[in-house]
Amino acid sequence: MVSKLLEVTDLETHFISDDATVKAVDNVSFYINNAETLGIVGESGCGKSVTSLSIMRLLKNTPGKIVGGEITFLDQNLLNLSEKEMRAVRGNQIAMIFQEPMTSLNPVYKIGRQIEEGIRLHLKLDKAAAKARALEMLELVGIPRAKDILNEYPYQLSGGMRQRVMIAMAMSCVPKLLIADEPTTALDVTIQAQILDLMRDLRKNSDTSILMITHDLGVVAEMCDRVIVMYAGQIVEEASVLELFENPQHPYTKGLINSIPKLGNYTERLDSIPGNVPTPENMPTGCRFAPRCSFVMKQCLSEAPMLKGVQENHSCRCWLSEVEKND
Amino acid sequence: MLQYLLRRLLGMIPILFIVTIIVFLFVHLIPGDAARLVAGPDANKETIELVRKDLGLDKPIHEQYFTFIGNLLKGDLGTSLKTHKPVFDELAGRFIPTFWLTFWSMLWACIVGILIGIVSAVKRNKWQDYTGMLIAVVGISIPSFWLGLLLMQLFSVKLGWLPTGGLEDWRGYILPSITLGTGVAAIIARFSRSSLMDVLKEDYIRTGRAKGFAENSLVKRHAIKNAMIPVITMTGLQFGFLLGGSVVTETVFSFPGLGRLLIDAIATRDYPIIQAEILLFSVEFILINLVVDLMYGFLNPQIRYS
Repeated sequence: MVSKLLEVTDLETHFISDDATVKAVDNVSFYINNAETLGIVGESGCGKSVTSLSIMRLLKNTPGKIVGGEITFLDQNLLNLSEKEMRAVRGNQIAMIFQEPMTSLNPVYKIGRQIEEGIRLHLKLDKAAAKARALEMLELVGIPRAKDILNEYPYQLSGGMRQRVMIAMAMSCVPKLLIADEPTTALDVTIQAQILDLMRDLRKNSDTSILMITHDLGVVAEMCDRVIVMYAGQIVEEASVLELFENPQHPYTKGLINSIPKLGNYTERLDSIPGNVPTPENMPTGCRFAPRCSFVMKQCLSEAPMLKGVQENHSCRCWLSEVEKND
Repeated sequence: MLQYLLRRLLGMIPILFIVTIIVFLFVHLIPGDAARLVAGPDANKETIELVRKDLGLDKPIHEQYFTFIGNLLKGDLGTSLKTHKPVFDELAGRFIPTFWLTFWSMLWACIVGILIGIVSAVKRNKWQDYTGMLIAVVGISIPSFWLGLLLMQLFSVKLGWLPTGGLEDWRGYILPSITLGTGVAAIIARFSRSSLMDVLKEDYIRTGRAKGFAENSLVKRHAIKNAMIPVITMTGLQFGFLLGGSVVTETVFSFPGLGRLLIDAIATRDYPIIQAEILLFSVEFILINLVVDLMYGFLNPQIRYS
């Protein structure tokens, strides 16, 4: 039976400064099933990373604040947990890997120590057992000379190796959910492929769900079961991967797919979406994508569209898809 | 490691050589005639010339330098023009008190400064931070001669607990150490605070948070070691400065240290003392830099192995 592991409902995360309040995540709802990979795609600043940090409740050291919604994980609302209870979830049931493998490991401690400390914290193993577990994890993520690497420092490893270490660290307590925030963005293309392969294997051999945050539709196509497209803090389209690539509904999604370079298609310039993500100060009153949309209609400028189902398991936030449906 | 140490020690030689030239030239640029001073105010021209010849000051400057460096290599720093005692003895007698004064000042300044810095960084923009930084600003701003006099007024004159000056026993260290360490503690506090705050913004701290560590244990386990790297450089420099002897504090407390010796020597154009003291100061500085670099190696593995 497919059951929901995580359900985010009406999440609102705002960045509050003296001058303004920025709705970084605006009324976002989605779910992840057990053993499923969900992708969140979007440009920089669309709120995808803030969404993931909200789930982990790691916004304490940013101006960000969760002001509304629910994050239900294993039948408990994470937003109601105390900080102490939340710490028992972090790194244990929900683990996270980040975009910057070069700086995400502490430069002054050995790899082994950094993996072991999380294991000892959550699994309550003794030193020797934690070390054995760390070694096992390093071997699992395909690190050669795993035994030596335990005693090496992060600077002695390449970016790809460091990301493998991060993955080993994240998977060491057998999390139910792995949040991967642009895990391959900082890596070379060949290394990217290796890391994605590794993550797919891990997914296959465990029932860990993955929340894959990326701006790269290629990564989505390779990895994900379902996708959410985010734009300016909102979900604009949600569908299964096949459906999204075959039948994209939102002009933004279409733009993203068209801007992937294709082999054998010798045009002078790559397709791109004109303009930039609107800044919070000049957020359009109607559809947030309207100023960049080539299908813009009168209605789009005055009224904000809602996220509505266009088919089963496919929803879109666009007036156009409603017009089509009515025709 | 040993090889590195050896290389660094050998590297000191050319630096010291250049230092001797600079020191020698500087001292001879100070206006005033040493021969006249030594001979006394009533001496006639012939006597002054005799003294000049006796001191070797009539020779060309480069010859004087070679004599100086030759003696230096033999461990002979010359004799004081004023007391006619060997410079080495004069300096040694003053170095020990200054060393201990520096040591105690730095010790408490480091402990208090780093603690204030850590608390302020962890509790940033809360009352603990504001209090800590207020103390630090006051500590930096307060002139040491004034602080010294205030302390003396309270603890020596009013309460009569501690001596007003001099160095008869260990109690003579207390007030000068407080005076000398206050500014340093304040600088260390501000430095530790900003350094730790920078480290707490690092990605690996975020990783630690995502692993489920509490903020306090993250600071202890992951942040402090990284944050201390720049603090050590700064502390080393401060140590070097203080080892040269604090002129103001030592004068306020009539403390028999290098700082007062230097001031007296400058006032009386006691060249050999000035030369030797600046030289000692330079050597101390170079050695402290070496110690700082070695400590880097302990804190930062990347430096250790390359």
